[in-house]
Amino acid sequence: MSEPQTIIDKLWAAHEILCRDDGESLLWVDRHYVHEGSFHAFARLAERGVTVAEPGLTFAVADHYVPTRAPRRDIANPEIARMVRQVEENTARHGVKLFGLDDPRQGIVHVVGPEQGLTLPGLMIVCGDSHTSTHGALGAYAFGIGASEVAHVLMTQTIWQKKPKRMRVTVSGRTAPGITAKDIALAIIAKIGTDGATGCAVEYAGEAVRALTIEGRLTLCNMSIEAGARLGVVAPDATTFAYLAGRPFAPHGAELDRAVAAWSRLASDSDATFEREVALEGGAIAPTVTWGTSPEDALPIDASVPDPAREPDPDRARYLREALDYMGIAPGAKLTDIAVDRVFIGSCTNARIEDLRAAAAVLGGRASKVPGLVSAGSTPVKQQAEQEGLDRIFRDAGLAWGESGCSMCVGINGDIVAPGERCASTTNRNFRGRQGPGARTHLMSPAMVAAAAVIGHLADVRPLLAGRSV
Amino acid sequence: MEKVSTIAGAACPIDQANVNTDQIIPARFLKWTRAMGFGKALFHDLRFAADEREKPDFPLNRPAWRDARIVVAARNFGCGSSREAAVYALYDYGIRCVIAPSFGDIFSGNATQNGLLTAIVTDAEAAEIMATLAARPQTPLTIDLEAQTILCGNRSYAFTIDPVRRMRLLNGWDDIALTERFRDRIAAFKAADRAARPWAVPPATAAP
Repeated sequence: MSEPQTIIDKLWAAHEILCRDDGESLLWVDRHYVHEGSFHAFARLAERGVTVAEPGLTFAVADHYVPTRAPRRDIANPEIARMVRQVEENTARHGVKLFGLDDPRQGIVHVVGPEQGLTLPGLMIVCGDSHTSTHGALGAYAFGIGASEVAHVLMTQTIWQKKPKRMRVTVSGRTAPGITAKDIALAIIAKIGTDGATGCAVEYAGEAVRALTIEGRLTLCNMSIEAGARLGVVAPDATTFAYLAGRPFAPHGAELDRAVAAWSRLASDSDATFEREVALEGGAIAPTVTWGTSPEDALPIDASVPDPAREPDPDRARYLREALDYMGIAPGAKLTDIAVDRVFIGSCTNARIEDLRAAAAVLGGRASKVPGLVSAGSTPVKQQAEQEGLDRIFRDAGLAWGESGCSMCVGINGDIVAPGERCASTTNRNFRGRQGPGARTHLMSPAMVAAAAVIGHLADVRPLLAGRSV
Repeated sequence: MEKVSTIAGAACPIDQANVNTDQIIPARFLKWTRAMGFGKALFHDLRFAADEREKPDFPLNRPAWRDARIVVAARNFGCGSSREAAVYALYDYGIRCVIAPSFGDIFSGNATQNGLLTAIVTDAEAAEIMATLAARPQTPLTIDLEAQTILCGNRSYAFTIDPVRRMRLLNGWDDIALTERFRDRIAAFKAADRAARPWAVPPATAAP
């Protein structure tokens, strides 16, 4: 009898080339995604005079720096133009496929991979971006790496890793109507903290996770890194296989049948054990928003922000004071009293078609009280939304309908939130200055961002959905 | 990579938990090349006001800690984005060791790749070292990676570090050279894997 295994063990074992005596393993990488920011790594290859080992397993996108509101041809900012040109030149030199600005499949790397069927169950996937955890939604072992490791993977198609601890987060029961994967993710992070899963690979399980669409699972796994996890994974099931069927780069016909048979064996054995277990009751999760400067500062929308004067721990009280001060929020204020200046719907977390539909369901026939930007997760998502008329709903509400890219999530393409401005955002990090110097970010689901736009302050989306089909 | 053994010098306390990599180096500096000097951008928005003037209260701007070789912080230092420039910024500023109760996984991996030591102590020990430095800012620290000790004034603390990371730093290993030694094993794995998992290799051109 072999030891019962978790999905994490199975994925690891399938990619382990060798394990050194000191416990570090060399793993085979099935997919390596690169972007404009990978230029440091390409520079290392140039220094050594070597080429990419497996260009056929390497795929590039232009996403981090691409304009999402300004013209994309003849980019005005010379530094941004240089970043885009570099990824074009580096990929051309090494024979790596690029989904660049001229490609109709362009988009954010963590949207493009699943959308194109490049991300599959059972794969080892790395990318020089912490939100690579997203791809675990399909049952892949996917994690973010730094530039030195990107260079190593480019040169060898392998990576040295020490096996992480195994952790399972189970969300039992059904979530209430109007509750999304983003609410589940924020509820988990609020419960375990931004270092709650440090050193761990997380499997998400339970009825509420199983009930999520693939796009919902992508959002959930995307946020794994915000709890410190190396990666998040959901065991592939019928929902996964249905999502993959017919995707451009996914297996087809008899090969797909063979793959599905292999993928069906990935689920954790029923008697497998995890070093850590965390359980949440799905039915108890409310629409959730962040109030502070860390994703763990998340609360149900009907709550009030903390009051440092009531906090017995002096270090915690100091943190609360500083966070509230940065955010410009009075101690103990009700979340629903916090007025917003701007909204952003976009990013690898929440800019897929279901996200845009959810926001449009709230905004239809209504006006936004504040300016805002909607940036689809990929150019195909943008086209799909336009076919469905969602772009009209956003424009009619007064929001800008942009092109696809990382955009205002990280602000390095020039789309930033002004100093002191408050933004209701579908993104993943509310760190100080994340959306621009002095920017104040509140994280929430697309529907909740739409609600904030309509009401003008943070608001529970559920009353706005009454009588509407979602 | 340079071998790491002993690190001695001024130590700057940054008494905050969850210091994320956006704080260590804001995203707008990530376009820079290493030659441009990431040290200038270290903790940029914490160190400098909007008009680029130094914020006198930020620890690294205080005279005793301006030339720090060591940073001491609270839990979960380096969480967030995978940007390796966070490590470049610390290293190029002159920092050779960060002491904290825990680190972001990707950050500590990046640190090891670049010869920056991440030394783990308990929450209470980190707080005690920071309190010592607050009371006597000139107190130098000496960190011995071989012995896994931190000497702070007349107090000595043991620190932990993943043994693999410790060996890498002590030996100054070059990962690429190490991996090249296993070239045959990699080729054999690839051949067997292609037979076992043909579906794992993407088609050269996408289906219509």
